[in-house]
Amino acid sequence: MSVKSAVIAQIRQVAEDNGQGLPPLTDELVLLDSGLDSLSIAIIVARLEETLGVDPFSDPGADETPYPVTLGDFIRFYERAAGERIAESGYTH
Amino acid sequence: MNELPANALPNRDTPTSSARGSADSTAAFAGQSVLVAIHNATAAAATLFALNGVARRIVVCTPDLGDDARREVARRAHVDMVVDVPLRSDARHRDHHAHCPTEWVLLTSGTSGAPKLVVHTFATLTAAFASSAPPVPNMVWGTFYDVRRYGGLQILLRAWLSGAPIVIREPDESTGDYLRRAGASGVTHMSGTPSHWRRALMSPDARSIAPRYVRLSGEVADQAILSALQARYPDARVAHAFASTEAGLGFEINDGLEGFPASLLTSSGPRGDEPGADVAVAVVDGSLRLRSMRTALRYLDDDTPIADAEGWVDTGDMIERRGERCHFLGRRSGLINVGGLKVYPEEVEAAINRHPAVRASLVRSTHSSITGSLVAADVVLQPHVEGEAACRREIVDLCRRALPPHKIPAMIRFVSALDVAATGKVARRA
Repeated sequence: MSVKSAVIAQIRQVAEDNGQGLPPLTDELVLLDSGLDSLSIAIIVARLEETLGVDPFSDPGADETPYPVTLGDFIRFYERAAGERIAESGYTH
Repeated sequence: MNELPANALPNRDTPTSSARGSADSTAAFAGQSVLVAIHNATAAAATLFALNGVARRIVVCTPDLGDDARREVARRAHVDMVVDVPLRSDARHRDHHAHCPTEWVLLTSGTSGAPKLVVHTFATLTAAFASSAPPVPNMVWGTFYDVRRYGGLQILLRAWLSGAPIVIREPDESTGDYLRRAGASGVTHMSGTPSHWRRALMSPDARSIAPRYVRLSGEVADQAILSALQARYPDARVAHAFASTEAGLGFEINDGLEGFPASLLTSSGPRGDEPGADVAVAVVDGSLRLRSMRTALRYLDDDTPIADAEGWVDTGDMIERRGERCHFLGRRSGLINVGGLKVYPEEVEAAINRHPAVRASLVRSTHSSITGSLVAADVVLQPHVEGEAACRREIVDLCRRALPPHKIPAMIRFVSALDVAATGKVARRA
């Protein structure tokens, strides 16, 4: 499963759990306009940590990367963190 | 707060007592116990100032309180009058220390779900800044907090005493709308919880403000959010403060690092005339203790003392010292802070345990980089129960019916047994 599809799947799952609809999930969608509150985003981030093994929000080294504003930013935020993790593990082997 | 909106203020409240407030005079409230039930935050703030030094007791209701809960608070606080229309007075010109020492009763969440009523005075609420430095020119305050919660009230009072304007956030105002309004008003000093700030940074309107001072309180500030804020607002001083409704403001850390320096730990008491030395900080049995003039007087209808005989408050926040830095480990009681909202594990366990297939459960905090913590549950099923997925769904449904969203377990793990401590209780801390 790609990082993007994992992110989209978790967003849809949390919205469904909340019984709420979602606007079309385009790259330009501003996350705070998606109807997801902080608690929902926290749950998405926690579940993505379980499935992808990374939490880019908790990495103090990530201060060069601005906080994600749109869904596209959010996906790239994860792609970069997941990519770094793969690169790191590849480097050590 | 310096300007009230000219239009009629929205008022979704219905009177809950026989007496109603009158908008043109505060005289009727003299010596009374008064509950302020005004939805609009700006109007509520003006009303609090009008009543201070007049009423015997002001009960500061938060806007999320339902009608039934408010009636119950009114009963417990022996409320004589409910104010649901804004009051105005020339209170700004009054000496607030000289008059009737009004009790300010603040609400904070309690174990049973009913709020705890914490008694402060104008003196305890303002002790942290009553004699502080002269105001900074062109200072404009803002806070993501509702001004009726301790963290927001601190900013409201600080602004008001210094004569600086404050941009008050309304209960239904989104993060983006508030940021735009704060930016347009030229906010220079902005406060909120780490969760408030994480949400703000995810808003396109984070660029609307250019604060010189960024303050975090109400939850543990981790290095990630401190660094992210410094990166977003490079010209700002980023500070995090330790405070609680009961203990009051403890200290503020300005070095941009998580935790606090061990040099803060003192063994001496408050020394009022020495700036910066009016609070004593200690760690006893692993938990943070504070002693200061900012501590609340008592709980209104609960005999549990807030401070011990020597004035020390046990905050219940567990501390670990690593070299010259002290770090927060979480709460001794297992209390979970989800984005500034408290969750007592026992109330969630009670909801989970109603499921017939559940034998026992342990609710604990799990770290979240967005809300600080989330609720997680370890559940032991009765023997021979099959179908964990169905049980998980049913448990979540059960919790959803009984609890507000932040108390519903975000994670449920099925385990074969729970650790039981020597006390016979479930071991809350690993």
